[in-house]
Amino acid sequence: MRVAEFVMAICLAVFSVAIMWMSTDLPIGWIKGSGPGGGAFPFWLSAGMLVCCAWIILRWYRRTSPPARSTEPFMTEHGFKLFLIGAGSLTVMIGAIHFVGVYVAVPLFLLFYMRVLGRHSWLLCAAVAIVTPVVIFFFFEIALTITLPKGVTEPAFYPLYDIFL
Amino acid sequence: METLHFLTDGFLVAFQPLNLMLVVLGCVAGLFIGAMPGLGSVNGVAILLPMTFLVPPTGAIIFLAALYYGAMYGGAISSIMLGIPGASTAVATTFDGRPLALQGKADRALVAAATASFVGGTISVVLFTFFAPPLADAALAFGPPEEFALMLLAFATFIGLGGDDIPKTFFSIFIGLVLSTVGLDIVSGKPRLIFFDLPGFYHGINFLVLAIGIYGIGEMLWVIEHTKGKMIVTAAKISVHGILTAIGELKGSIKPMLMGSFLGYFVGILPAAGATPGSLMAYGVAKTMSKDPDSFGKGNVDGVVAPEAANNAASTGSMLPMLTLGIPGSPTTAILLGGMVIWGLEPGPMLFVNEKEFVWGLIASLYAANLFALLINLAFIPAFLMVLRLPFTILAPIIYILCVVGGYAPTQDMHDVWLMLIFGVVGYLMRKLDYPLAPAVLAIVLGPLAEASVRQSLIMSHGSMLVFFERPISAVITLAALALLLAPLLKFVRRGAARPAAG
Repeated sequence: MRVAEFVMAICLAVFSVAIMWMSTDLPIGWIKGSGPGGGAFPFWLSAGMLVCCAWIILRWYRRTSPPARSTEPFMTEHGFKLFLIGAGSLTVMIGAIHFVGVYVAVPLFLLFYMRVLGRHSWLLCAAVAIVTPVVIFFFFEIALTITLPKGVTEPAFYPLYDIFL
Repeated sequence: METLHFLTDGFLVAFQPLNLMLVVLGCVAGLFIGAMPGLGSVNGVAILLPMTFLVPPTGAIIFLAALYYGAMYGGAISSIMLGIPGASTAVATTFDGRPLALQGKADRALVAAATASFVGGTISVVLFTFFAPPLADAALAFGPPEEFALMLLAFATFIGLGGDDIPKTFFSIFIGLVLSTVGLDIVSGKPRLIFFDLPGFYHGINFLVLAIGIYGIGEMLWVIEHTKGKMIVTAAKISVHGILTAIGELKGSIKPMLMGSFLGYFVGILPAAGATPGSLMAYGVAKTMSKDPDSFGKGNVDGVVAPEAANNAASTGSMLPMLTLGIPGSPTTAILLGGMVIWGLEPGPMLFVNEKEFVWGLIASLYAANLFALLINLAFIPAFLMVLRLPFTILAPIIYILCVVGGYAPTQDMHDVWLMLIFGVVGYLMRKLDYPLAPAVLAIVLGPLAEASVRQSLIMSHGSMLVFFERPISAVITLAALALLLAPLLKFVRRGAARPAAG
């Protein structure tokens, strides 16, 4: 926990400096007649972020904040595994949407999560994996007319568009 | 009297078939989401907001407000039956609700929670109805300096009253504001903070991306880690006769119920406070008021009644500054406020002038939502108990998918979905280190307004910061904000001074 506190503060400090640097693309000072420049607001706010990071690191050094004193691990091994599976499968799914589209990625994600992690019966998994995309299709594509990304499966939807749109 | 006239018109809006249906739907959704361990109103509103594009703005906010209410009722269910708060707002309900359930009096606790929620909700809506119009009238005179002063006050309450680590709270506010500046500069129209030159940043970072990231994805990661163990649902026998006797027995709890309602309402108005501290405070006050404080924590009905009345009252209270001033009183109302911007409404006092139908329809729908939430809650307790048994391995992937699709819908850009994932993961890691995230959500919603009002104020004053102190209303608000900002610092100094003396 102590290490994590320090690493997080350093990362956030680097991020703050990066934003400060990027803000200087636009004037950060006073422009006569039009008030503060476009970069001023983000510049001073990210300067504030940097000060906060310094403050957090100071408290870390003096061990005055609870995470800086904690001897517990930041994540238990089990917790880390759960985190990796959750965030990892989500990343894979969002990545897959680019190529195979929502209507392939979503059922696969559901099947993986429910069957591999949840060990639910095949029947239940299949039911949820089929019903969810159908509901999404009717809600988003038909009712809201928001076209979801379909990747290579786009042509398969032409007949459906003809029927519903 | 004029107020009553508007309210009547509001009821006509709220009782349109579509809106009434949305109230019922919102209550049911809210009750389910509230009952699910870990998920509360803010998660429900963030995840379901993109779905409301289907209906007109009035219907959308009526649905979300009903969901907000329902979640306040629903939170009590898992607090009592599982001993795990259904939402952070129902933490205080576990203290006495759980012991009652373990003593076999789960039905009494559930009925007490529902009745108290109803009383808290009703009292606060009545207060709301009569407080809102004069406050909105007063706010009409506000210029940019007052607007900024109010926002400063909103942020200051997080520092002064939030109770979280102070540098981390400051950081959260700053990063929320910085993220809101990404995109095109409002004055010069030039692009700024375009990370890695990605085109997706030109349209700015939609607040929903941050809100769904934190309250959808981040929250699920958090919940999954924290509810690993097997949960035990207490059995509850519910009968009509049992409900009636339980209501009869609540006569002795009228005092804590009223106290919780008023306390919750006024605490709810404060941006940082909201329903969670409101209900905890109500619990504390109920305990000190009680003739028998030792029975608290061991199954005293008053310990369920006070926080439940308070959390519903607070949810209404937090809508008061959102509607009248354009400053949200809680993370949930921050998301509602952002929603109003998406629906093309300008939040703030002008709503009461230009959007009467919207405002009064919403207020009237709160009365209706309160009643429906009570009825649905009592009638379908067994159904909600089933939700508690629903395994997370089914719930979690469905919520993840709702997040992904919902995050894509507003801008229809995969860039935002990736950003949402990053916010969710980073937010989760930061939350583990005690970084409060609600201030960041509030800040990204208020950011564009805050920047505009600062810049306009400074142009008005030709760059003098004194503008915030020269106008009477903004001076009072700014000074109050500064006092809140300095309060923890003073405590710090005093503690520092006391330490050598003690040593």
